[in-house]
Amino acid sequence: MPTPTKGPRLGGGPAHERLMLANLATALFEHGKITTTEAKAKRLRPLAERLITFAKRGDLSARRRVMTVVRDKSVVHLLFTEIGPQYSGRPGGYTRITKIGPRKGDNAPMAVIELVEPMTEQVVAEATGATKRAAKESAAKAAAPAAAAAPAAEEVVTDEVVETPEAIEAEVTDEVVTDEAPAEETEEKA
Amino acid sequence: MPVPKRKTSRSNTRHRRSQWKAATPTLVTCARCKEKRPAHTACPTCGTYAKRRVLDV
Repeated sequence: MPTPTKGPRLGGGPAHERLMLANLATALFEHGKITTTEAKAKRLRPLAERLITFAKRGDLSARRRVMTVVRDKSVVHLLFTEIGPQYSGRPGGYTRITKIGPRKGDNAPMAVIELVEPMTEQVVAEATGATKRAAKESAAKAAAPAAAAAPAAEEVVTDEVVETPEAIEAEVTDEVVTDEAPAEETEEKA
Repeated sequence: MPVPKRKTSRSNTRHRRSQWKAATPTLVTCARCKEKRPAHTACPTCGTYAKRRVLDV
């Protein structure tokens, strides 16, 4: 017996469902962020992430398998040249779903599904720093400068987060700038 | 075709309707704008969720 699809069924039949999901995936890769119903967003997430995994592999057979879902060649090109490589360091979890409350008209619960930002070098450094810290604490409290650099970088981020409501756009640009600096510091210390 | 045998009494109708109740939505205070918003949902007032801008308000 085949395993039933996880999540709600969409559309009037299997072909309609495939079409709707393919169109949603195409729109997501084209725009990076789409607003849809919660049910559709939840069905779209596994499909979109599988397509990104194909894009990360990047060979011809992967491209042909993506072409069976996403029919638009320009979107497939965008997926393989820009979206795939930017997630090379991220082991899954390429999309984020945020609920935004019910829609006027039919009260359907809506959500925003978007591609998450590419991992910055600082986040990667923090992650590797955390694993290093865990390894060192289990062994001995020997060399701590690399681990000490990571908490310093974290403090920068937490300070950034406390902002006035108006300054959120500025905040994003600030973070990009400050992300570069601590990463360089860690390199120098290491 | 089967049909109801008796008219539903006023009492039965009113007992049934007395069970129609509105559920209170679970609201939390938005950390950023201090307005009430539904839990696990982007704030409709300031358009953010988990310190991330989601909506254009």
